[in-house]
Amino acid sequence: MLELGADEYAKYPFMADAGQYLKDKGFPLAKFGTDPDLKPSVEKAFHRLKVSTEGGIYKSELIDGQASKSYILEIEVFSFLLAIVLIKLTGMHTLTKRFALAEARRAEQHLERDLGKASEKSKIDLAIKIIHDLFGIEVIKRDDFFEIPVADYLKHSIGFHEREWKLINRYVKNGKVLLTPEKTVRLIRKELGTYIGSKIINAPTPPMIPGFENMVNELTSICKKLTPSYTMTTGEYPPCIKHAIEVLEKGENLPHSGRFMLATFLLSKGQSVEDIAPLFKNAPDYNQRITLYQLNHLAGTSGSGTHYSCPSCEKLKTQNLCFAIPECDNIINPIQFGKKRI
Amino acid sequence: MQENNIKFLEDTFKKYYFDHFNLIRVPNRTSEREFGFQKFNSGMTRHISIKDDKELHLLLMKNTPSDVYCSNACYSFPNLPMNEKDWKEADLIFDIDAKDLNLECRKNHTISKCNECNEISTDINSCSKCNSIKLEKKSLPCKNCINASKNEISKLSNILIEDFGIHPNDIHVYFSGNEGFHVYVYNSQFQKLGSKERSELTDYIMFHGAIPETFGMKKIKPNRSTFPDFDEKGWRGRFSKEMYGTKSKRSKIITELIVNGYSSFQKTLDDLSDKIGVKVDPNVTMDIHRIFRLPGSLNSKSGLTKVFCTDLTKFDPYLEASFLNEQLVEVIANCPIRFNLKNTKFGPYYGEKVSIPTFAAAYMICKKIATIS
Repeated sequence: MLELGADEYAKYPFMADAGQYLKDKGFPLAKFGTDPDLKPSVEKAFHRLKVSTEGGIYKSELIDGQASKSYILEIEVFSFLLAIVLIKLTGMHTLTKRFALAEARRAEQHLERDLGKASEKSKIDLAIKIIHDLFGIEVIKRDDFFEIPVADYLKHSIGFHEREWKLINRYVKNGKVLLTPEKTVRLIRKELGTYIGSKIINAPTPPMIPGFENMVNELTSICKKLTPSYTMTTGEYPPCIKHAIEVLEKGENLPHSGRFMLATFLLSKGQSVEDIAPLFKNAPDYNQRITLYQLNHLAGTSGSGTHYSCPSCEKLKTQNLCFAIPECDNIINPIQFGKKRI
Repeated sequence: MQENNIKFLEDTFKKYYFDHFNLIRVPNRTSEREFGFQKFNSGMTRHISIKDDKELHLLLMKNTPSDVYCSNACYSFPNLPMNEKDWKEADLIFDIDAKDLNLECRKNHTISKCNECNEISTDINSCSKCNSIKLEKKSLPCKNCINASKNEISKLSNILIEDFGIHPNDIHVYFSGNEGFHVYVYNSQFQKLGSKERSELTDYIMFHGAIPETFGMKKIKPNRSTFPDFDEKGWRGRFSKEMYGTKSKRSKIITELIVNGYSSFQKTLDDLSDKIGVKVDPNVTMDIHRIFRLPGSLNSKSGLTKVFCTDLTKFDPYLEASFLNEQLVEVIANCPIRFNLKNTKFGPYYGEKVSIPTFAAAYMICKKIATIS
């Protein structure tokens, strides 16, 4: 684990071992419920959580990562650790998710600032080391840019759907991708969230701390109000699926990847193997036995039992099977076509 | 396939594996690879593990396979079912196939065999005898096809070396034995990448998904200074060379691009992928559990060998990949177009009995346009 200074813990409090930190500072958890001197830390923790439920990022009292007084740094770390205690006492998964995301975005801002500091080598080195130790990415500073091995870049960017993150839209040279500080940090946002989330999930749940009850109740009721959304669907097929059906109806050859897409799409819509098989009747190489075997394989009723899902829009684009129309509305998988949140 | 044709091919293939086992390149980490084979007129047998080349030799002699395959992946347990194999890593492989290059010459050397009435003709849309559209197409690729494939390989190598930092010695090119080439990349940082990441690599190589901003074009107030320079590296450099033609035309072309606007620029980029992108088969590269034809083995679609190309520029598959013997055999050939093997011209044949060397007979029988008489 990295050795951090107080100001660094304030910026990246998730790097601290919670129990050890409080112990080192000589504050047993129970004291936070009663000691008026510690009240600001508790109030800050509650505020920090509330901001995260509203989708915001908590603004600390640090100015450019520094504090005017040393106790401010301490409150920063305490409030983070106490927020975790409150989450555990509340026991709401939504709260874990929202807080982890908000804190990840907050840390992201600090990392970005540290990486961008051309004159302070130690700050840059620390940010690079955090990225390396937590996420295993080798980052090398080269002039105003940061170099990341292409393979590492791909592992982390693969879940991003914006086209600017496609490798083709990056500067690639000698096996490395060149990124700005902002993009370097954006690359690990999700993992940062997952890392903070896992710290919360793995933290032990303490018994209720006297003085915390009201906050826990209020957080529980806030979470319950975060209503889940429902979706409805128009039932119309997306253009890629319509195209595949048209090709088959004309008796033309639909490539293997197109057949895979069509079958997995219809299976995911609840159609049976027997419903789907006749669609392939016109294919130039149609063989009923093989078609049924392959459909059963995709449905997971034979073979390894793996249920195959419909490929993503991105993959279909690569396979020249995408015929996007405005109604596709930036969906990432054909099965989302026509679904609307209400 | 008829019994006598199978017998002929099996005997010929067996002799090949006996005489030319030295051509087989057993991959490193042999015992971690999955092997598979097919016999004539039969399905695939896979999930086989092999210790060394002696065991492989035995398998070839015992089974006389029509095709032999080996995984690019390494597994802890290559002989177990797929989800129990414990995938470790896989070599990066690209497949460049002449049939995917949309070449003009294809129509001159593609023939069709009707699945309904077995009629062979040069009409590739419908059967000239019974009008059926259920046709099996056979191509006898020409020099132009091979040269066009080589050009794609050279584009690919350039990207692999310059953009991905691959050492040229780690790029191995093989003729597939039929219509294309397999490019293997060893010891790269990509060994452990999964399927989605490899698909992203192919998008890069194929020039798919580029956006105008990458090449300096902004939606609002485009700025001339952000457009790529002629000598830049990577895709920005390749883009400039294709678009500007020469250094001196840069300024004029940029003005045109800006005047035409953002959407037109996007269209230009989409159209460019056909010209400057490498035409690889993305499905092959992204498949990390695939078994590939084993280098040095015979391809039952042609009777030619999948061979390592030491000097790609000079490589002639119809000379260097044909290893079957020259003993004369009598066949009834129905091959309406001419082809060239081992510096000898064959055909056209119109359902006639001919006496030709084994390598040419096997070529046509594999293509299902001749039978043993």
